[in-house]
Amino acid sequence: MTDPVVDCHDASVTLGEFQALRDVTMALDPGSFLAVMGPNGAGKSTFMKALMGLVPLSGGSITVLGNRPGEHVRREIGYIPQIKTLDRNFPALPMELVLTGLRGTWPWRITASERETAHEAMKIAGVDHRIGVPIGKLSGGELQRVYLARAFVREPKIVLLDEPATGMDRRGEADMYSVLDKYRSKHGATVIMITHDWEAAHHHATQVLLLDRGMIGYGAPGDVLVEDNMRRAFGHVGHHHSMTIPISGDCGA
Amino acid sequence: MTAVLDALQLAFVQRALLAGLMVGLLASYYGVFVVQRGLSFLGSGLAHSAFGGVALGILLGIQPLAVAVPFTIIVAMGIVWLQQRTRLGADTSVGIFFSVSMALGVIFLTMTPRYTTDAFTYLFGSILYVTWGDIAIMGFVMLMSIFTWKAWGRWAYATFDRELALSDTVACRRDDYLLSFALAASTVISIKVVGIALIAAFLVIPPATARLLTRTFSAMTILSMVFGVFSVLVGMVVSLQADIPTGPAIILTQAVIFFVIALARRGG
Repeated sequence: MTDPVVDCHDASVTLGEFQALRDVTMALDPGSFLAVMGPNGAGKSTFMKALMGLVPLSGGSITVLGNRPGEHVRREIGYIPQIKTLDRNFPALPMELVLTGLRGTWPWRITASERETAHEAMKIAGVDHRIGVPIGKLSGGELQRVYLARAFVREPKIVLLDEPATGMDRRGEADMYSVLDKYRSKHGATVIMITHDWEAAHHHATQVLLLDRGMIGYGAPGDVLVEDNMRRAFGHVGHHHSMTIPISGDCGA
Repeated sequence: MTAVLDALQLAFVQRALLAGLMVGLLASYYGVFVVQRGLSFLGSGLAHSAFGGVALGILLGIQPLAVAVPFTIIVAMGIVWLQQRTRLGADTSVGIFFSVSMALGVIFLTMTPRYTTDAFTYLFGSILYVTWGDIAIMGFVMLMSIFTWKAWGRWAYATFDRELALSDTVACRRDDYLLSFALAASTVISIKVVGIALIAAFLVIPPATARLLTRTFSAMTILSMVFGVFSVLVGMVVSLQADIPTGPAIILTQAVIFFVIALARRGG
């Protein structure tokens, strides 16, 4: 039996006086694809930050790859934030951003071997043709692929993604999932992704964690995305993000 | 040109040149972070805060810069502390400390028993009155910047995407203090060269000019320093030739370079 890559027991986070996350208990096996879902303010980003050790737990425990959050080896986790957090006016080339994944700092100069490594990662992410284009001129989808390349360049055991499909068209999304699935199967990596896309969760995730500050459900998509859980999380079952929320079994995992 | 060469033989011109070069390098180096982080008001606020320290130095009869450097560093730390501990924006935190320091400066000056014109040389800059004591302080800040050189990569990373840098275990909060410390020290030592009233421009124009021409942050940093030093040299020559104040001559040189490049790029 393999040890879980992520193991949470009653994990809770309080930010000031606000309880952002309450009593999350789950264990995730290596190679899984976890979709973290829930309404706005449900604690999805807080959960991800807690995994990285960026917010302290107010109760319970979390282990990531056997260590406490923040004590993991930096290269074991590849994080892809929402692209809205970056400064689009910052003078940067995609290769520099990719290399932050290797160095953990912004590169002053780039060696020939680093250039080759970054190029390879960008090729895997399908964005190597944009290698010389400044970051500010890339489309949302292209930028997201550069972030994917940045995560892949360190060959992480866990890939964390915060709403990666924001700003992408359907084709871009499909390409991104294909790249992610390939990486996951090749490296046996675990993917943890915050998403509002129920269809994507049904199609790609092996597990879903449904949150509304507290944990509504955890398990296979077909078991978690059921009518009762939807009502508890969203207060209704119906249309969400211009699509019908599929109830258990509609899409099949 | 002969007049310039003759002037270079004079000790006070040599001191001015040395001070100008150090300040040109430092202000334009830290200025890239000021520009990319949108902290122009911080540079101006720190310079005005330094006025409190300068006035305190004059009141106590101590070398004003020697008091202004620690005074402004404490103010800079206070600004970061207030910003990190409250939900106030950077401009609000700067505004509070800036006004308090200016108010203190005015009170210190009125408490000074003798009338002094010193305060005015700091307000508008007086590069030709730079002393060896000033040069020593500038040299110390220069050395400190060389020793903290490795922080450039972390500052740049956090400037690009703070959340990403945090996820890579970059100590952004600690680095904010370090950057403010260095920025405060560089701002204060620049005062003697360009004056409190113009220091913000010195922190902003060379990096902004470099930004127009570069695609990477490292290139922007190098080019900003080149523009910083070049404008000091040209500004000093113009100042000596035309017999106009050096600080404004340097700033106007920087502005001319900026507008020429901006217009050329627009035309191209």
